[in-house]
Amino acid sequence: MSALDASNGAAAAAPPARFDVDRALNTAGAWALGILWFLPLIYAVWTAIHPGEFATRFELFAPLTVENFVNAWTAAPFARYFLNTVLLVTFILAGQFVLCTLAAYAFARFRFPGSSVLFTLVLLQLLVMPDILIVENYATMRMLGLVDTIVAIGLPYVASGFGIFLLRQTFMTVPKELEEAARVEGAGPIGVLWKVYVPLAKPTYLAYGLVSVSHHWNNFLWPLIITNSVETRPVTVGLSIFSAVDQGIDWSIITAATLMTSGPLLIAFLLFQRQFVQSFMRAGIK
Amino acid sequence: MPRRIEWVYGWLLLTPALFLLFAFTHVPAVKTVVDSFFSTARGARPSTFVGLDNYRLLMEDPVFWQVFSNNVWYALITIPVSIALAIVMALWVDGKLTGRGFVRMAYFAPTVLPLIAVANIWMFFYTPGFGLIDQIRSLFGGAQVNWLGDPDLVLGAVIVVAIWKEAGFFMIFYLAALQSIPPSLREAAAIEGASRWTFFRRVTFPLLMPTTLFVSINAVINSVRLVDHIFVMTEGGPDNHSSLLLFYIYETAFKFWDTAYAATLTVVVLAILSVLAIGQFYLVDKKVHYR
Repeated sequence: MSALDASNGAAAAAPPARFDVDRALNTAGAWALGILWFLPLIYAVWTAIHPGEFATRFELFAPLTVENFVNAWTAAPFARYFLNTVLLVTFILAGQFVLCTLAAYAFARFRFPGSSVLFTLVLLQLLVMPDILIVENYATMRMLGLVDTIVAIGLPYVASGFGIFLLRQTFMTVPKELEEAARVEGAGPIGVLWKVYVPLAKPTYLAYGLVSVSHHWNNFLWPLIITNSVETRPVTVGLSIFSAVDQGIDWSIITAATLMTSGPLLIAFLLFQRQFVQSFMRAGIK
Repeated sequence: MPRRIEWVYGWLLLTPALFLLFAFTHVPAVKTVVDSFFSTARGARPSTFVGLDNYRLLMEDPVFWQVFSNNVWYALITIPVSIALAIVMALWVDGKLTGRGFVRMAYFAPTVLPLIAVANIWMFFYTPGFGLIDQIRSLFGGAQVNWLGDPDLVLGAVIVVAIWKEAGFFMIFYLAALQSIPPSLREAAAIEGASRWTFFRRVTFPLLMPTTLFVSINAVINSVRLVDHIFVMTEGGPDNHSSLLLFYIYETAFKFWDTAYAATLTVVVLAILSVLAIGQFYLVDKKVHYR
C-alpha cells in the first residue's frame, strides 16, 4: 500500500506542481460572497459596540463600549418582550408537538374513511397560510375575546400542516414489527405511539423544533396586528416600535437593540450550527 | 383491531388538529371569499351584499395595480436570483473549500435572523450620505443617492434585502440534494472527459430538478409572505412604489379598516398563489419525468 502510494506520489509530482487556478477562483468567489453576506452583521456589531460617533467612521482603534446595549435595554421594556417571545414560542412548540403527533399518527397508521381527503386539506395549509388570512383571523380572535393575548398570537399556528406532514413521513418509516412487539406486550394505540413512534422520531422532532422556534421567534406581521400592549408584544414587534417611534434615537442604540433581539437565536445558531443546518435540510427533504 | 374501532381512533386522534386547522385556515379562507361580496360594516350601517362591487373597485384602483406590478417585479427578480445564488452557494460549500464552515455559516446566517431586525441594519446601509453604500460610492466620486426615497430605486433596494435573506435558506435544500448525488456519476463523467460546466448542465442540474420544484414553490409563497422589511424600511413609500400585496392588505384592513376590500385583495392573492403553485407543479413535474 505504501509502495503504491509512493509511486503514485512520484507520478503526480513529475509534472511541476501547477497552481490550480480553477480552485483558487472558486475559493475567492465563495469567500467574497460569504463576506458580502456577512457584512450587515459585522457592521451591526461594529456600530453596536462603539460610541455613536464611530457609527459611520471606521477606525481600527475606536474605543469599545457596552453603553449602547445598556441604553437600549433600559429605553424599552425588552425584558418583558423577551419573556413574551419565550412564552409564545414555548406555547406554539408544545401545542404543535402534541397535536401534530396525534394527527400524524392517525394518517400514518390508521385506515379510516375520509383520510385522504383530510390529508389533502392538511397539505393545503402549506399554500393557504394563516399569515395571509390576517383579516378573518383577526375577526375570529375578536369574536373569541382573545385579542391582545399571547394565546391569540400562537393559536393559528398550532395545527401546522407542515408538522403533520413531516411527522407522518417519519412515522411511515417505522417498521410494523416494532409496533406489533409493543402490542404483544399489551400496549394500546396511545402506548404504542408513546413507546415506539415518538422515541424513533426524535431527530424529526429536533429538526422541526428548531425550524418552528426560529420561525416564530422571527414572526412579525400577525403579532403586530393582534397585540397592542407591552404585556403581550414579542421582541420583533417591540423592536419595530422602538426603532420607529423614536426617530431621535441614534443608530448605535438601534443596532444594539437589533442585535439583542436576534441575539439568542444567533448564539444558538453559532453554537449548534451543524444541527441547525441539518435540521433545515431534514425538514426540507420529502 | 376491529375496523370500526380503528375508524374511531383515527378520527379522535385527528380531531384537535383538524379543529384548529379548520378554525384558522379553511373556514377563514372560505369566509374571505364570502366577505369579498359584501360591503364593510361602518358604524350604524351593517354590511350588505354588493355582488361584484368590490372587484369592480379593485379593477379601478390604481394603487392596487401599482402594488400588483410591484409584487410581480419583486417575485420575478427575487425568485430566479435567489435560486441561482442558492445553487452557486451550495456547489461552493459542497466542494473542497478553505474555511468551508465560515462560508456556510455566513450564507445561512440571514435565515435565522428576524427580517424585521435586519431591516434596521439594511436601512442604515441605504441612508443617503452616511450609509455604508454611499460611503463606498463616495470613495469613487459617486454622488449621494436616496435609495429608499427614490421611486425608481426603492423596489430594487427592497428586493436586495429579500434575496439576501432567502438565498442561504434555499442553499440548504440544494446542499442536501447535492450530497445525495452518487460520487460515481462524477467519476464516470471525469473518465468521459466532461468539463465541469457540462457535468453541471447535463447531470447535476437535472438531478436537482425536484429540489428546484420544491424551492421555487417556496419562493413563490415567500414572494407574497416576506413583507416585514417594508414596515421598517419604507412603509410602502414613496407613493406606494415599494408596497407589496400583503402590506397593502394590512394597510387596507388595519389602517383604513376596510375589511371587505381587504378580503377582496386576499382572494386575489390566494387565487394567484394557487394558480402559480399548481402551474409550477405541472410544468416542472413534466421536466422532472422527461429527464
